[in-house]
Amino acid sequence: MISLQEKLESGTFVITAEVSPPKGCDCSEFLGKSRALSGLIDAINVTDNQGANMRIAPLAAAAILVREGIEPILQLTCRDRNRLALQSDLLGAAALGITNILALTGDHISCGDHRTGKPVFDLDSVQLLQTITGLSTGQDLAGNALEGVPLFYAGAAAAPQAEPFALTLFKLEKKVAAGARFFQTQAIFEPQRLQAFCAAVRPTGVKVIAGIFLLKSAGMARFVNKNIPGLTIPAELIAELEAATDPLATGVEIARRLATECRSCCDGVHIMAMGREELIPEITKELRQ
Amino acid sequence: MIISRQKPFPEILAALQQTPRVFLVGCAKCATVCKSGGEEEVWQMQEALSAAGKEVSGSLIIDEACHMLRAGRDLRGKKEQVEEADALLVLACGAGVQSIAAASAKITVSGTDTLFLGNIRRFGQFEQRCSLCGNCLLTETAGICPVTLCPKGVLNGPCGGMDNGRCEVDAEAECAWFQIYELLKSQSRLERLATITPPKDFARMLKPGKLKIEK
Ligand code: SF4
Ligand code: SF4
Repeated sequence: MISLQEKLESGTFVITAEVSPPKGCDCSEFLGKSRALSGLIDAINVTDNQGANMRIAPLAAAAILVREGIEPILQLTCRDRNRLALQSDLLGAAALGITNILALTGDHISCGDHRTGKPVFDLDSVQLLQTITGLSTGQDLAGNALEGVPLFYAGAAAAPQAEPFALTLFKLEKKVAAGARFFQTQAIFEPQRLQAFCAAVRPTGVKVIAGIFLLKSAGMARFVNKNIPGLTIPAELIAELEAATDPLATGVEIARRLATECRSCCDGVHIMAMGREELIPEITKELRQ
Repeated sequence: MIISRQKPFPEILAALQQTPRVFLVGCAKCATVCKSGGEEEVWQMQEALSAAGKEVSGSLIIDEACHMLRAGRDLRGKKEQVEEADALLVLACGAGVQSIAAASAKITVSGTDTLFLGNIRRFGQFEQRCSLCGNCLLTETAGICPVTLCPKGVLNGPCGGMDNGRCEVDAEAECAWFQIYELLKSQSRLERLATITPPKDFARMLKPGKLKIEK
């Protein structure tokens, strides 16, 4: 099997998507969704207590995917683990055959379902990337030698549409300097913004996987604009969904159009299908050609 | 200064359930400024407790309740009233409450919640600017503390939730890193943002903190 890293590095356009692990220990639905996607996409992001809502350990869920022959991208946030726990999870991941890590700071605990918990944030995403890079050279954060050197392919998140871009660019460059080899971006609704972003980060050699979000209705678009920081859906798209007789089909059409427009400037797309993963082939059908 | 807030009265009353006679202690410094345990609040507490059927044997405002020697000395000055009481209700920060607990064998009840080390914005309005991390970064961050002003304490620039300079956690607040960026920009030293800050040394804030000034 050709890995995500090999594909990206050889210039093959990749498609990724995310599947949330269950709140509970029954992984059958998670596995069912992942199996259905496995032939269609190159890797599956396994989210880490997404939105600070407690779920099964992403390490366990990602290991289940590996066992099935499905390539995971393990999302790892700094919200719930200090530097010992992060490194220990990373070594565990390496032992279980998980190499792709998406290093994230993580949503704040006050967004989620355990608001009285203690937020950790011992490291931030840049420091986590440094840690991963360090482990890959056989050393832990305290400088101790490891038994066996883990291999990782580290990535990070990016928000190309967040303003001021000059400020976020400093952070993005630090992420690359700390060892990020690919970015998975926030949802893109204005492809020209992605082009500007790619032009800015391209000199670092980092690969860019553009986030594509399936808008299922005008109501959902308005909800996202109101509630999700950093995401702005342009009025034209909302109007297009509003006028549609079949909003979901229009949403798929919008996502396909955005993905196709983004294709020329990036190295892959990350589809956020919001529970309608079966529509991913529709969205991506023009991309592989 | 140390910002504290009086606990709700029913909670205080519940804590005094087994102790009919109470001696009140306030603090003339921080607790006075944040109106949790100054002269006025101690007097109001005395009225409220009496109305609720408690006997208040006396009261005392210590100049700085956190000063352990002074707290002990002032309590001894009111020895008889203190002796008469079943419990000491302290309206001072957690440090002040503990000076009292250390100076008296009586049951100590804390009448406040201690919140943070705060700056005074204007009368009655306090803001946390420093979280006492033991390893100050302000020189590197344009005098704006990301350890405290960023809810995640990120040290290398804004998290993915920042947009238009706003903080993802509190839409009313400016992102700490946006503030740092704006100030550095106005000082023409944005290049400061390019340096990676390594993981913080949290051993510098291990509890309990202790400092002894060497001569
Ligand atoms: S960096 Fe922030 S928390 Fe630490 S000492 Fe300085 S102001 Fe206080
Ligand atoms: S938006 Fe800025 S201040 Fe708020 S959590 Fe993110 S980095 Fe911290």
